[in-house]
Amino acid sequence: MDFATLFFLSSGLFLGWSLGANDAANVFGTAVGSRMIRFSTAALICSVFVILGAVMSGTGAAHTLGKLGAINALGGAFMAAFAAALSVYLMTKAGLPVSTPQAIVGAIIGWNLFSATETDSSTLTTILVTWVVCPVLAAIIAVLLYKSTVWFLRNANFHMIRLDAYTRAALILAGAFGAYSLGANNIANVMGVFVPSSPFSDLSVMGLANFSSVEQLFLLGGLAIAVGVITYSERVMITVGGGMLPLSPVAAWVVVMAHSIVLFLFASRGLQALLLSYDLPTIPLVPVSSSQAVVGAVLGIGLLQGGRAIRWRIVGSVSLGWVVTPLVAGIVCYIGLFFLQNVFGQEVYQ
Amino acid sequence: MALPKAISIFRRTRELEGEIDEFMDNLAQAALAFKRAVSIFLAEGRSTEFDEKLAQVNDLESRSDYLRRGIERQLYSQTLIPESRGDVLGLLENLDSVLNNFEGTLWGFSIENPDIPEQYHDDYKALVEQATAAVEALVLASRAFFRNVEMVGDHMHKVIFYEKEADKVSTKLKRQIFDSDIDLAHKWHLRHFVELIDTIADVSEDVADRLAIYAIKRRF
Repeated sequence: MDFATLFFLSSGLFLGWSLGANDAANVFGTAVGSRMIRFSTAALICSVFVILGAVMSGTGAAHTLGKLGAINALGGAFMAAFAAALSVYLMTKAGLPVSTPQAIVGAIIGWNLFSATETDSSTLTTILVTWVVCPVLAAIIAVLLYKSTVWFLRNANFHMIRLDAYTRAALILAGAFGAYSLGANNIANVMGVFVPSSPFSDLSVMGLANFSSVEQLFLLGGLAIAVGVITYSERVMITVGGGMLPLSPVAAWVVVMAHSIVLFLFASRGLQALLLSYDLPTIPLVPVSSSQAVVGAVLGIGLLQGGRAIRWRIVGSVSLGWVVTPLVAGIVCYIGLFFLQNVFGQEVYQ
Repeated sequence: MALPKAISIFRRTRELEGEIDEFMDNLAQAALAFKRAVSIFLAEGRSTEFDEKLAQVNDLESRSDYLRRGIERQLYSQTLIPESRGDVLGLLENLDSVLNNFEGTLWGFSIENPDIPEQYHDDYKALVEQATAAVEALVLASRAFFRNVEMVGDHMHKVIFYEKEADKVSTKLKRQIFDSDIDLAHKWHLRHFVELIDTIADVSEDVADRLAIYAIKRRF
């Protein structure tokens, strides 16, 4: 791989790094913040399962992004990922709510407009509907899971010390599942735009297994996420853990599980195939925001407990993020592509 | 390697559960031994049998101190129950103070050898009955705190009830003592023992009040 290719991929890797630094906290934040699990354990499990999820199940959600706009030149893909990363950075700096899937979709539409490619309206509608459904579904799953878990625990009457040991084990399992789902669903945000112009070629490992170019791309993205987790997520985890302290360890487990189930549902090709085989309606494979799934799950539990502790401003800010983030990313991408093409003379579409 | 580690974590968990249960057993046994010791003292004074009961309460107190220190050390060194360990620490120390009261009161009987006129024996026994009943209910509430937090309230109200009953008995007994013709020094001595026993019920109620807050914090 030459230097130019690596340079073009760097924006995606940066996006991956920031995803690892921020979103690992959605999976292990409460466990680490409340000192139930050591950061080193959490970081190791998170890194391994994020990479596994990305390589093994990452193609579904990435395919949907590809349908929205197949960015066919590496320069264009670089700018889309860079615009998304820059928008996330700028909006975070400005204190506005932001999430990566919304930014990357805005950037892809920006590329579509610049390259005069028609945006597939049905795919766009599916993506938009999924964004709204994601936190709502997380809330519903959280409520059902919370009620059934509490019912079970009331009947099981575990000793406090034993419940503590079980909760730790459950938090580790939920974290592993969450990291896998995060990798499977969110690798599309990091590397999805590079798929049509992937610089890799398919590899055959000793004639036994085939390692496709997309899987290699996702492995690289997964590694970037893992680096983000290891280098920068500890502080975020401790902040998130502190911020969510009113949640009991059991409620924290429910939040991680609800978040993970939602991300898994919107990423699993296996589940899609299963539903298809029974002629059931399928769930669209769309990259969704890990943070918004967590907000949905926490809201669900908050509503179940009477809704007094809910900060409704956060709900409003999530809705605002759905509109503002794609808009900002789209504009940044369009302007960036213009400069990349006309000032730096790079090919941004074919 | 991860599996043996997980198994050893669950083994340690079981051991710790056993130690907490033993601590509760000791408190409940100390209450029974205390009741028996006072009854023996009222019947025969400072006898060998009374000394045996005093030694039994002493042993239970020493063993409970040892258990409490071990439990606290494990909770903090292994970062167990990070959300509740402060409360558990507080609860065990408060329960230990109830045990100390049993021991201190019996030492009082042994050292000061109070001369309790027979007409007050029934009321002293009734007072001991109410105070130990409060402790027994407190033990049940504390066990529930560890195993079934929803049940804490069911035992809590009994602690409060028995403390009130103990207050009534002690007030009645003190009034009778001070209305009698015995000399003032003797009255003061008798009152001192009424208050020592009544304090056991009072401390139990204080512990129960804290336990109610710990239980609210422990809801799922």
